[in-house]
Amino acid sequence: MEQHAVEQHGKAEPSGLDVVVTTMASDSHTWNLVFLQLLLEELGHRVINLGACVPDELLVAECRRIEPDLIVLSSVNGHGFHDGLRVIAALRACPELGRTPTVIGGKLGIAGSGTPARQQELMTAGFDGVFEEGGSVLDFHSFIGTLSAGPGALPAAPGALPAGAGVSPAGSKALPAGSGVLL
Amino acid sequence: MTGSGSGGAAEALAARPAAPVAPAAGFGAFVARARAAGDLVVQPRMGMADPLRMRDGLLATRDADAVTVGTITLDSYTRTGDFAAARRALAEGVGLNGYPIAAHSADTTRAVLRGVADARFPVQVRHGSATPEHIVRALLALGLDATEGGPVSYCLPYSRTPLREAVVSWQRSCELLLSAAEFGAEPHLETFGGCLMGQLCPPSLLVALSVLEALFFRQHGLRSLSLSYAQQADPRQDEEALAVLGRLAGELLPDTDHHLVLYAYMGVFPRSPGGARLLLEDAARLAVRAGAARLIVKTTAEAHRIPTVGENVRALETAAAAAADERAARGLAAVPGAQVQDTGIEAEARALIGAVLELDADIGRALVRAFAAGYLDVPYCLHPDNAGRARTSLAPDGRLLWSSVGSMPIAGLADAGPRPPILGSAGLISALSQVQRTYDARAEARPAVAAGPDAPRVSVPPGTPVAPGTPVPPRTPVPPRTTPTPRRELGRTP
Repeated sequence: MEQHAVEQHGKAEPSGLDVVVTTMASDSHTWNLVFLQLLLEELGHRVINLGACVPDELLVAECRRIEPDLIVLSSVNGHGFHDGLRVIAALRACPELGRTPTVIGGKLGIAGSGTPARQQELMTAGFDGVFEEGGSVLDFHSFIGTLSAGPGALPAAPGALPAGAGVSPAGSKALPAGSGVLL
Repeated sequence: MTGSGSGGAAEALAARPAAPVAPAAGFGAFVARARAAGDLVVQPRMGMADPLRMRDGLLATRDADAVTVGTITLDSYTRTGDFAAARRALAEGVGLNGYPIAAHSADTTRAVLRGVADARFPVQVRHGSATPEHIVRALLALGLDATEGGPVSYCLPYSRTPLREAVVSWQRSCELLLSAAEFGAEPHLETFGGCLMGQLCPPSLLVALSVLEALFFRQHGLRSLSLSYAQQADPRQDEEALAVLGRLAGELLPDTDHHLVLYAYMGVFPRSPGGARLLLEDAARLAVRAGAARLIVKTTAEAHRIPTVGENVRALETAAAAAADERAARGLAAVPGAQVQDTGIEAEARALIGAVLELDADIGRALVRAFAAGYLDVPYCLHPDNAGRARTSLAPDGRLLWSSVGSMPIAGLADAGPRPPILGSAGLISALSQVQRTYDARAEARPAVAAGPDAPRVSVPPGTPVAPGTPVPPRTPVPPRTTPTPRRELGRTP
C-alpha cells in the first residue's frame, strides 16, 4: 500500500485521494460509476472503479488491498439500502478499513427519495455520508473537499457527521436533474 | 423423416407437421398476427415480488386498451443467481425490484399465470442475466418459452462475468430453450444488443450487436427471434437505424420468423409526466414509421421510482393510441423507413458485423475474439473484457456521434466531419440528461398536450402478501376489460 501510494502521489495534486468507486453485488448500473470517476479525476483524485455487480468479498478484498482514502458506494437499482448495510458491516469489520471514510449514494430504495430515518440508519451503521438523489452532487463535492484538506479534517469516526449530513434540503441547490448520482 | 429423431433440431422443426395449436401459440406468432392486422404490440417491463400483485399486473396488462403481451421482469438477486438473498428478502418482507422466479415455488408461479398466460396473451420473462441457465430452466418449468438478452448485451454492461463464460452459458440456454420445441412450442428469444448501456451508444454498434446476437441465437437453433433497438435522442437517426436493422435482419436471417422491437428511451427519463408521455409517444410513432412490430414502454414514473401497475397500463394505452394515430396519419401505403437519409449507419454496421464474422465460423467465439481485438468496443462500458477506448458525444440536435472509435473498423465510414471532443463529467451529465431536459421543456411549453387523461383507467387493488410457496388461487371474477375494442381482438385472434 505504501509503495502504491508513493507511486501514485507523484501524478496528481498533493491533496489527491485514492478513491474506490463501486456499486454493490446486485446492481448492474454503471453510468453513475462512470460519472463519479470522471468527477473525482477532474478534482485531482485517483480512482479505482470496480464496475458492475461487485460481490461483497471482492469489494472488501480490493479495499483491503488498496487501502483507499475514500470508498464511494453508488447504487440506483433500489437495493442499495439493504446491500449497503451489509457491505458497511463487512468493511467496518476489517481493522484496516474500520475508519476509512465511506459514503453511499444514488437511489437506495424502490420507492423514491429516501427518508431521514433511512439515512440515519445508514449513518449509524457506519457510513460517513449519505447522498441521495436531487442536488446531492454538490454535497458530495463539499464532503470531498473536507477530505482533501488533509487527514486532520477527516471525520473522526464512522457516524461522526451530524445526522442527515449529506442530505439536501428539498428543493435546494438545483443541479441538473439526474445528478443525484444518476438514472 | 421416419421419427428416429436423428435429424437435428433444425430439421425436426422444419419437418414438424403444421400442428393447429403450436404455431399460433408462440410469442413470435402472436406478434406476427398483430403486425399483419396493423397493430403495434406494446409491452411493459413489469415485475413485482408479490405473486398476487404480479398476477394483477399481468391481468391489467392483458386488459389494457391496447394489443399487449405480458412481462415478468425478474429481480436483481435472481438475475445474479443469488437465490438466498431473494428468499431472504421475501421472508423478511423487504422490497424487491422484480419477481423472484426461482424463490417462489413453481406452483405459486403457475397460479400466477393460470388463466392469464395463453396463446392470446403470451408472457415474456425479462431478466438481465449474463448466465441465465437457471432462469431458462425456471421459465420452461412453468410452460413459458419466451425470454430475451444475449451473450454480449447481458454480459458487458450488466455483469463482471467473463465474456467467454457468458457465451457458453447463453449457448446452453439456447439449447435449453430449444428443448421446448420438442413439445410443439416455438420458443422465442429477443436480442438485447440494440440497447447497450441504454444511451450514448451510436446506432451502428447497437444494430451490429443486435444482428450478431440474433445470428448467435440462430446458430444455436432458435427460429423465432426479435431484434431490439433502443430509442436514442434523434428520431431521424433512430429511423435510419431501424431501417438498417430490418434490412440486415432480412438479409442475414431469412430462414427465421423475426420482428423488430423498439425500446422507449432507456436513459435518464423526463421528470415531468408530460415530458415522459411525449417521449413515449415519440417512441410509438417511431416504431410505426420504422416498421417495428413491438414496443417496450416506459412510464411517467420512470425518473423517480419503479412504476405502479396503473402507471404501466396508462403507458401501454398512451403508446397504443399514439401508434394508431401515426398509422392513420401515414396511411397504409407508406413504406417503413423509406424517407430516411443515409448517414453511414449501414456502412458502419456492415463493417462491424463483417469484421466479427470473419474471425470465426462459431459466432460465440467470434464475439469473444472481436472484443479482445477491440473490433467491438462499447463506449463507457467498464467490463474488463471491453477495450474501453471508444467514446461518444451528443450533438445539440440529438445525433449520437463517435468521439473515438478505438480499434473498431469504422473510421471514416460515416460522413460526420471532425470528431467532437471526449466528454468530461459536466459534459457527460449534460449528454445523459439532454433528452430529459428537452422533453421536460417541451411538456412545459405544451401544458394542454401534457396534461392528458388525469385518472387511472384501470383500478388495481394492492395485493395481499402471501408466504413464499403459497399457491395463489386464481382471482374471480377476473377484472373486467376496460374497453374491449376490435383492435384488441385482432391481435388476440388465434
